[in-house]
Order: sequence, then structure tokens, then C-alpha cells
Amino acid sequence: MAEMTASSSQDRSQKGDTSLGHIAYVLRDNPVTMLAFGMLAFFLGCAFFGPALVPYDPLATNAARALEPPSWDHWFGTDNLGRDVFSRVIVATRLDLTISVAAVALSFVIGSVLGAAAGYWGGWLDAVLNRCLDTIMAFPLFVLAMGVLAALGNTVENIIYATAIINIPFYARLVRAEVNIRRNAGFAQAAKLAGNSDIRVLAFHIFPNALPPMMVQVSLNLGWAILNAAGLSFIGLGVRPPTPEWGIMVAEGANFIVSGEWWLAVFPGLWLMLAVFTFNLLGDGLRDIVDPRKRT
Amino acid sequence: MAPRSRMILGRMAQAIPVVMGVVVISFLLTRALPGDPAAYFAGPAADEASIAQIREELGLDKPLFQQFIYYVSDLSRGDLGTSLTTGQSVLSDLAARLPASLELTLAALLLSCAIAIPLGVLAATRPGTWVDHLCRVLVTAGVSMPTFFTGILLIYVFYYLAGVAPSPLGRLDFIYLSPPHVTGFYLIDAALAGDWETWGGALKQLVLPATTLALFTLAPIARMTRAAMLSALSSDFIRTARAAGLTNRKVLYGYAFRNALLPVVTTLGMVFSFTLGANVLVERVFAWPGIGSYAVEALVVSDYAAVQGFVLAMALLFVALNLVIDIAYALIDPRIGLK
Amino acid sequence: MLSIKDLAVTFKTRKGEVDAVRGISLDVGKGETLGIVGESGSGKSVTSYALMRILDAGGEIRAGDVTFGGIDLRAASERDMRDIRGREVSMIFQNPRAALNPIRRVGHQIKDVLIRHAQATRQNAKQKAIAALEAVRVNDAAARYDAYPFELSGGMCQRVVIAIALACNPQLLIADEPTTGLDITTQKAVMDLVGDLAAARGMSMILITHDLGLASQYADRIVVMKDGRIVEDGTPETLFTDPQHPYTQKLVNATPRIGASIRSLLPAEIRTAEPVHKVHDRPLLDVRDLVKTYPGKSGPVHAVKGVSFQIKAGQSLGLVGESGSGKSTTSEMIVRLQDPTSGHILFDGQDIAATPAARFMRHPVRRDIQMVFQDATDSLNPRDTAASAIAEPMSRIAGLSGAKRRDRVAELAELVGLPQPLLSRFPHQLSGGQKARVGIARAIALEPKLLILDEPTAALDVSIQAIVLNLLVDLRARMGMSYLFVSHDLNVVRLLCDEVLVMKEGEIVDQGPTADVMGAPKHPYTRALIDAAPQPPRPVAA
Repeated sequence: MAEMTASSSQDRSQKGDTSLGHIAYVLRDNPVTMLAFGMLAFFLGCAFFGPALVPYDPLATNAARALEPPSWDHWFGTDNLGRDVFSRVIVATRLDLTISVAAVALSFVIGSVLGAAAGYWGGWLDAVLNRCLDTIMAFPLFVLAMGVLAALGNTVENIIYATAIINIPFYARLVRAEVNIRRNAGFAQAAKLAGNSDIRVLAFHIFPNALPPMMVQVSLNLGWAILNAAGLSFIGLGVRPPTPEWGIMVAEGANFIVSGEWWLAVFPGLWLMLAVFTFNLLGDGLRDIVDPRKRT
Repeated sequence: MAPRSRMILGRMAQAIPVVMGVVVISFLLTRALPGDPAAYFAGPAADEASIAQIREELGLDKPLFQQFIYYVSDLSRGDLGTSLTTGQSVLSDLAARLPASLELTLAALLLSCAIAIPLGVLAATRPGTWVDHLCRVLVTAGVSMPTFFTGILLIYVFYYLAGVAPSPLGRLDFIYLSPPHVTGFYLIDAALAGDWETWGGALKQLVLPATTLALFTLAPIARMTRAAMLSALSSDFIRTARAAGLTNRKVLYGYAFRNALLPVVTTLGMVFSFTLGANVLVERVFAWPGIGSYAVEALVVSDYAAVQGFVLAMALLFVALNLVIDIAYALIDPRIGLK
Repeated sequence: MLSIKDLAVTFKTRKGEVDAVRGISLDVGKGETLGIVGESGSGKSVTSYALMRILDAGGEIRAGDVTFGGIDLRAASERDMRDIRGREVSMIFQNPRAALNPIRRVGHQIKDVLIRHAQATRQNAKQKAIAALEAVRVNDAAARYDAYPFELSGGMCQRVVIAIALACNPQLLIADEPTTGLDITTQKAVMDLVGDLAAARGMSMILITHDLGLASQYADRIVVMKDGRIVEDGTPETLFTDPQHPYTQKLVNATPRIGASIRSLLPAEIRTAEPVHKVHDRPLLDVRDLVKTYPGKSGPVHAVKGVSFQIKAGQSLGLVGESGSGKSTTSEMIVRLQDPTSGHILFDGQDIAATPAARFMRHPVRRDIQMVFQDATDSLNPRDTAASAIAEPMSRIAGLSGAKRRDRVAELAELVGLPQPLLSRFPHQLSGGQKARVGIARAIALEPKLLILDEPTAALDVSIQAIVLNLLVDLRARMGMSYLFVSHDLNVVRLLCDEVLVMKEGEIVDQGPTADVMGAPKHPYTRALIDAAPQPPRPVAA
């Protein structure tokens, strides 16, 4: 056993060397991927350092300077309570990103395990899983998230759970299909002949080959998850005011759009769009990074 | 034809366990309410005695399984409970508001299919041209647009700045009278009544929300059409058809497009799901009196009977839509019924 | 009738332009059948697409003239080309099932062509389509008219494709690998049909194939292509008896045929003496009453119906059969990837069928029975390098690691002739022959006593096949392994195996020493298989 771990860690370190070079190659190869990763870095920067760097306290009200249009003092203007829209938009990044990344990670793990098991062993396991997924998918997903959140109560964790639940079927189905077509592939059979147990064949030989299409799904889902969380906040579920969150800010700003105070809703909305756009662009790059066939 | 109709019956039978699953989940959602459901159902102003009374009325003191039986038997009588806000039965509330939602959703889907499918086909048949690039930009940008934000932008531009759109408040401006109720779809009812002025008024109100929803659904449909058409065009049978000298028209539409339709029809199911969800947001933005805004109003005041009724209604609607899609698929694809 | 002069075709790819065809000239006379033979990537298919002007996107005719019956096909308008395609010049393709529109009735697909070329009106199109099906010897054509491609067998689909191609009585038929993927008896039926129809109608034909044997049997004249150029041109007899170009010589040598030895497949300059392998009397594998039944949708499927045979230590047994014969199921049961429904597999006297396949990886016999898979690409994990693929059985079963394992991998690579620098490559960076070597190295890493070879060369070009077969012969002599060689290609089995089994529909119909079974087949099915295999003319002793 000790021998085995030693050997596999050695393999990994060898692969690690090529992986860094490979990532650099993928980034250089496609300017869109480069742009997407740059934007991701920007958003991550906002999430980590934003609260420390913004010029105003996102919660501090100032009735004297309410509803001011964008200026040098307030780049994105102020809202009806005189809060600085720019500070609120930047500070909100951390919350929105946390929700989407946590939800997608949760559904990725649960969906992968369920889907891989169902795709590899089939039988009653597969039948039961399919029935459950069918039932989840029978709900319009946003509506199901509304229902779950209404039932569980309005907390950030519950937004994450609700978002994870509606994303699980995508991963489970994708992994199930990818595993199923490779279940009897030559390399899976060869791995069995090389002394691997079913679990090892599944975990180390078949599942990693499902990663490239899953990465595309991950990037799409990160985008959906943000949209979903913002949408829930927009209709008054999920995050509560005065917490800065893009969906709430758009909802609050919506009341002022008909009277022409556009900056309240437009800046958080644009930021939200940009974040979703970044995640959607990431897909191909992430796929290329985990796909050995892209190595030259 | 016999195996085909047997297959359609089989599909309908397959929907039954899904409907049962939906009922179980919506029951569990009701029971999973944090704290005491009776307190929620009784409303914020209730005292101990009335909560206890409601608990008994709702059967919440009974074992879970028995509660489920009650729930199902209520459902089978069409009883979804009573809304706190309107005081009406949830079923009649939903029935009154459903046509508004359906009119908006269907108009949006027709609009987006009418644009996205030709766009996807053109992009696939003319790779590298401006149509292809336009398609790619629309597809990437489209999925990144939060519907509620698109709606607000459209209102700002077309109502506040340009002044061409009517105020974003509901299905019909107050200067018009609602057309006599036949289908509940204003456009159809007004046309039936021959009241073209009202028809125009209803159409004006519909344009912005329908466009908002359509922009949202455009991307997945166009993306799938383009991909399906590309893969169909690179199939071996297209080469056979070309080598046999069939006309371009026949190859593109008779052979490639019909095959490409299959995955597109499948995608429509997913798109329906998105649309019904996005509908809630769009109705909220445009104060559209459909079941989405009904649910949002109910959520704000914790009117849970109404919310559960809404969730269940949406799920059943979606199951029905998926059934229609499955059957449509089977009618296009001969391989289905016989496998 | 058809004349091609200095045709050049290039493809635009992301890595720049690729010359697929570099100036070829050929003529096809009326009623003549021309074979175009070449290995993958030789440009043989591209030539035919170019003359039909149906090149894929990015392909372009750079230079040359193509004239057909006096018409300049290069200069013809697209509209004129559409009139010519299907009426004057038709094509049939490999993979017939994919060549038909999956959601349109086959009769309607024939009708489309008839109506397009004004060979029928809407009123009589159905009648004529049925007649076209009858012409390609489809039984019960009127009923087949309404069938969808997925309801028909592969051979039947190819007949439909031929019916579409011949519906308008073209003067030239281009057959692009028309029998690849079909069973050998179906291949013969299809080729005989096409040959008969061409002869009966006085139609010219271009037969494009990688199989020199097939071309020599059906073509009047053969051109050999390599890297977009024609290297030789002649009748089948002259090509086989007196090949001029070194490439043709290599190709002719590498084509397995009666009278050839395994070493004679190799180019003369690298030929060495054929090693002798020793067959012991002791049975290594004793299979008794092996049965495999699957639950099927319409009743149980009897894949293997009680087969019994022995393999002696050091012996090579050929297992021959067409698709559906149960030969793959049998080999998978022996290698313990599948559990038999009943029966015994005695390996060195021990019943290994008693241990379920799911737990067999811990069985001590696991290292003694290994397998080389049919499709080398599919059998290598795309995420593992060649070195880690070869090392896998050593680390899992033998517990080797570190420098020991690395040395052993290098040693094995040497043994199978895989250059050391290739060990760090991923499968997609290796050629077909290199992948086959990796697969073989992995299978012999633990020095198994029995190696199961499941059509190990089916996906390879003949020249690579010759090298891999010789490698297998060397390894057998060196390591004393027994082989179970599963194949559909009798000519290959003849070269490699001491004894042969013929399976049909889950049963063994014929068995015995290879020379006896092949030389004097007792069972009619064996005879049908031998007759169906194309036999190239015997070369003069090279």
C-alpha cells in the first residue's frame, strides 16, 4: 500500500510538471480563454480584497447625497439612501461568487458520485436514480428553487442547497452517459486485466475521461447559479436587504428606472452580466486544460 | 402505426410515476417548513387556540403518512387550500391567472423559435460569415443576460428614453376594457370579439415582456440548432444525397434539417423549464398579472398554500409540456417506437 | 470515358495547407473496372470526391483536368454537376448504415433520386423504386420499400445504397471501400452483385479499397496510390507477379495469401529466419461446455451454446467466425471479463470459472491470462501515457515500483520495438502501429502463459499488420506463450495458428489442425468462408 501511494505521488508530480506548462499553453493558444481567465482573476480579486479596498462602507447611508448620478466621488452614483453603489457592487462579489461556487461544487460532487455509480453498474440503482432525477427535472428549476427556499427558510446556506439541488441532475445525467459509453471500452477492460477492482476502474480510468465535457457544464452552471441566486433575491427570496447583493440591488433600482435614475439598477446588473459572461467563457478553456488530447 | 400509438400510450404511462413524484415533493416541501406549519398557515395574527385549531384542521397532529393521504385526497378534489391574501381558493386564483402567464410564455417561445431556428440553420450552412458570427455573439451574450435585468433595460430605453412603449404595468392599459373572456388570452379573445383597438393595446403591452423572455431563450435554441445542423450536415448520408445529385434545397431541408430537428426538439424541453422560471421574474418586472407574480406576492406575505399550489401547478404544466415534446419527437423519429 | 490529368487537391487546415492529391492522372474505359489501392491517407478517396466535386469544406482542386464523356467536370457549373451526379456518375460508400438518412424510408430515398433526375413521375416512382430494389436482389422488395435503415442489416443497407446509386443507370460507379465493416461472406455477396450489375449494364467502375486482394479479384486494372501520388499502374497479375515500385512490392508482400509464410510478409531487407515455437502435450487451457445466455428483450439470447476445446502449452489456436458467431463472448469469458452461464474453464487444471469476474483481479491466475484488444486506440486510456499504460499491470499485480518498474517498461518497449522517447507520449500522439505495440507490451508485461488476441490487426494497414504479426510470432517463440487468436481473416489465421476453430451462431462447426481445416474443409460453412476470402494471384517467389 505504501509502495502504491509512493508510486502514484511520483506519477502525480511528473504530471504536475507538464500540467503547468499545459495550462500556460492552453492560455496562450486561445485569446478568448486568456481573456476569460483574466476576468476571473479580476472577480476573484474583488471577492478577496474588495471589502478592504472600496472607498465607502457599503451599508452607510447618507440622506444628503441620495440618488446622485455617477460622479468622481461616487463612480456608480448613490442609491435612494445615499449609499455608494460602486462599493456595494464590489463588496457583493464575494457573496455572489461564494453562493455559486459552493452550490456548483456540491452538485458536482453529489451528481458525479450518483451518476458514475448508476452509469457503471446500471440495474436497479440506475432505474431508481433516473426516477429521482426525472422527478426533480419535472419541476421548472427556478420554481423548484423557489419552493425549496420557501420551505427551508431564507438563509444563504439554503440558497446554496436549493441551487445545488436543481443542478444535480445535470451532472448526474452527464456523468452517467459518459461513464456508460466507456463502461465496456477497451481501456476499462484492459484496466481490469491489469488487476484493478471495479471501483478503481471507475474512479481512476473511466471517470477522469468524463471530466472534459463536465468542465463545460461546470462553467455554464457557475453562470446559472449566479443568475439563479440573483433571481431569487430579486423576488425577495434568499439574501435580505440591506446586505449588498447584485439581485437585490437590481430589484431596488428597478423602482427608480421609470423615473430615470438608471444607475441604481444598471451597474449591479452589468456586473452580474459580466460575471456570468466570464464563467460562460471559461468553459472551453477549462475543458482544454483537463483534456490530455489538447497536449501537443 | 400500431407500435407508434402503443409507444405514445407508453410515454403517457411513464409520466404517471413522475406526477406521483411531483406530488410527493410538493407535499414534503409543505411539511419541511421551518417551525410550525400550522403557525404559518394560520397567519401572523393568529393566537394559540386558532393555531391548534388549524393544526387539527390540516391534520398536522396525524402521522406523516396519514397526512399524505389527506393531502392527496384534497388534491384529487382539486383542493389546493385557501389563499391568505385573496381569501379565494388557490385553484380558482391560479385558474384566473394562468392564461396571462401562458399568453406571455407562448408568445415569447414563438418569437424566439422564429428567430433562433433560422439563425442557427443559416449559421451552420454559412460558417465563417457574418451570420455565423452574429449567432455566436448572440448565443454567448444571451445566456449571460439576467432576464430581470434585460427587462429593466428595455423599460428604460423604450419607455423612459424613447417613449414608444406603454407603461410596464400589466396586460392592458386602463383606457381599454378587458375583452370578453373566452380563452383568457387577450390577443385571441380581442380578435374573436373583433375589437382590434383592444387587440393592439394588448399587443403593445405584450411586446416588451415577450421580447425579454425571448432574448433569454434565443441562445439555447440557436446554439442547439447550429450544432445539430452542423453535425447533420457532416453525416455520411448527406454525402450520399449529394453524390446522388439531389438539389441543395432537398439536401438541406429534406435531409439535414429534419434530422437536426430531433436534438432541437429535445432542447425545447429544457428551454420550457427555463422559460417558466424566468416567467416569474419577468412578470414581477412588468407587473404582469400571471401566476408568477401571484406566487411572488404570496411569498412576501408567507402565504404558503398559494406558493405550494403554484409550485405544483407549474410542475404539472411542465410535465404536460414534456409529454407533448416526447410525442412530437416520436412522430419525427421512426426509431423511437420500435426500440 | 473518364480521364483525369494531373489532378491536385489541397485541404486548408488550421495548421496550413495539406496536399492530399499531388498530380495524378488516370483513365477509365467503357465497361472497365479500375481499382485504386492505397493505405489510409494515400488520397484515394479524396480523388473520387474531387471528381464528383463533393469535397468537404476546405478542400479545393488546385490543378488538373477531369473529363467525363467529353464534359469538363472541373469547369461544369454546380447545376450541371448536380445533373451528372447520380445520373451519369454515382457513388457508394463504406459504412452503409450511416450512408442512409436514418429517419426516411429507404424506398423514399430511392424515389427522391428517381424524381430528381426525371427518371420517374410521382405516379410511377414507387413502382420504379421497388424495381430498383429488386435489381439489387433484395428479397420482398415491396415490403422493404417502407423500411427504415435501422430495421435492415448492414449488407441489406449496402444493397439499398447500391440501389440508390444505380437507380438512374449511371455510366460510371465509384465504390469507396464498399465492404469495409461487412462480414466476409456479405462482402463477397455485395462485391459479386456490384460486379454482375456492372457487367450486365456495361457500366464502368472505380473500386477504391485498401485491400489489394479484393481489388485484384474484381478489378481489370489497378493503380496503387501513396501520399497523393500514383506509384504503379497495371493488371492484377503484373502487379502481383512483377511489382516495379518498392512500395508496391512492400504492399504485395504484406498482403496475406495462400502459400505465403509469416516472414515473407515483411520487406526482404528486414526478413530474418522464422523462429520455431514449441508445442507441449500438456493442455494449458481446457474449456468444457461453456455456455453464455443473455436475457434479451424478446427472450434469452444464446450467444455461446456449449463449446469445448483445448489449448496446449505453447500452442496457437485460431478462433474464426463472423459477427454474432460468439467468438468475442467466448474469448471474454476465458480472459475472465465475463462470467459464463455454465461450464468450466480449466487453466493448468484449476477451474477459473469458479471465481466471478468481478473478483478475479485478485486471483493468482490473473497474471497468466492477458489480452490484446481489437481496437488499440480504444484500449488505451486517453489520459495515460504509453509508459503508465505498460506499467499499470506491473504496479497493480506484481507490485513493482520505482526504478525497477521503469527499467522493466523500457525493457518491454525494446522488446515490442517501441522507441524509448515515445514512452512519455499520450495515445493521441501515437500512430496506429505504435498504439498496437503499447497494447502488446502491456499484455506481455507479466509474462502471461496465455495471451488472447482479439483481432489485434483489424484496424491496421497491411504493411503495419505484417510487422505486428511478425512481432507476435517472435514473442511467442521467445516467451513460450500460448495464443488464442480471434479473427475473421482466414489468411492471417492460416499464417499464425497451429490449430483452428470455426464458430457459427454460438457453436463450433469445424476444428482441427490449420492445414487440414483450410486445405480440406469438412463443414460447408468453413468452405463458404474460405471461398469468400479474396485470393490474390500468387507472386513469383520473392
